[in-house]
Amino acid sequence: MENRDQLFQYCLRLGDSSLVIGHRLSEWCGHGPILEEDIAMTNISLDLIGQARIMLTYAGQVEGKNRSEDDLAYLRDSMDFRNLMITEQPNGDFGKTMMRQFFFSTYCYFLYQQLTKSKDATIAAFAEKSLKEVTYHVRHTSEWIIRLGDGTEESHERVQEAADELWMYTGEMFTADEVDELMLKSGIGADLDKVKQEWANLVNDIFKKATLKVPSGSYMITGSKKGKHTEHLGFLLAEMQFLPRAYPGASW
Amino acid sequence: MSEKTNQWPLWEVFVQTKPGLPHKHAGSLHAADREMALLNARDVYSRRGEGTNIWVVPADAITASTPEDVGSFFEPSNDKPYRHPTFYTVPEGVKHI
Repeated sequence: MENRDQLFQYCLRLGDSSLVIGHRLSEWCGHGPILEEDIAMTNISLDLIGQARIMLTYAGQVEGKNRSEDDLAYLRDSMDFRNLMITEQPNGDFGKTMMRQFFFSTYCYFLYQQLTKSKDATIAAFAEKSLKEVTYHVRHTSEWIIRLGDGTEESHERVQEAADELWMYTGEMFTADEVDELMLKSGIGADLDKVKQEWANLVNDIFKKATLKVPSGSYMITGSKKGKHTEHLGFLLAEMQFLPRAYPGASW
Repeated sequence: MSEKTNQWPLWEVFVQTKPGLPHKHAGSLHAADREMALLNARDVYSRRGEGTNIWVVPADAITASTPEDVGSFFEPSNDKPYRHPTFYTVPEGVKHI
């Protein structure tokens, strides 16, 4: 297979981001502010983990070393994970979780639109399926951002603070490296400049409705595409990977 | 609606399982407004492929008969069998009657 390593990396990035943010959302299970929202967040979490399963299974096939989705999810350490750093950030309060999900789902929404036309049939099918789910995630989180931003003084302050805190993690979503460029050139990957523009337009639009200020900070932290992460990922993996590492081969 | 100020308004949810079929009452939920009620209804009552369409209705928009109404409302029709369409033959293959 041509460009096997790069395609493997590309699949890991897609799969790992969905897996890690899906796990983060699952931490809300049983702790949601109301029953209805608890179910909503769990639904979104399950969508994301389902997406991760497809992409990690495919990554294992592309790599050709006989690694399964479970091997990739549970038996790699943090420096081998390729998820965007925004996906591993802690939940904080409900507003911060919604803001993180809004930023990420909006990015996926425009990314997957392009990937539905990928020359790689598995990635195209993955994008087609995921786009329907992500469209709902964008709708659900946008509605919350508008209501929290344009809600009470406290909800406005909290959600603005969340946006300001998370802003520096949004840059790397659109920072293309040589893998992204190669994938774009070979018709498999997406044009991240285009995603960036569409993302910024939608974020501006929703923030305006929410009476929020789009953060102006220009410092962006990058590096997850090479395995650099914030300290939060290690703790997340310790919990997520505990069982398969303590009881290798356990099944149910 | 509830007198507790920390509760969002109650909504009744009606789900249509197939195009052409009537919406059926699925349950109720709390939500702050109609858009969030619709999203919550989607999440709570259509997780297993139950739906093609959803209605949400503010619970206080529904006027219901009371148990005391049973006698005057429903019992008078019990002895009027001629109101039932059972004297007609139903063509074969007709469903959902």
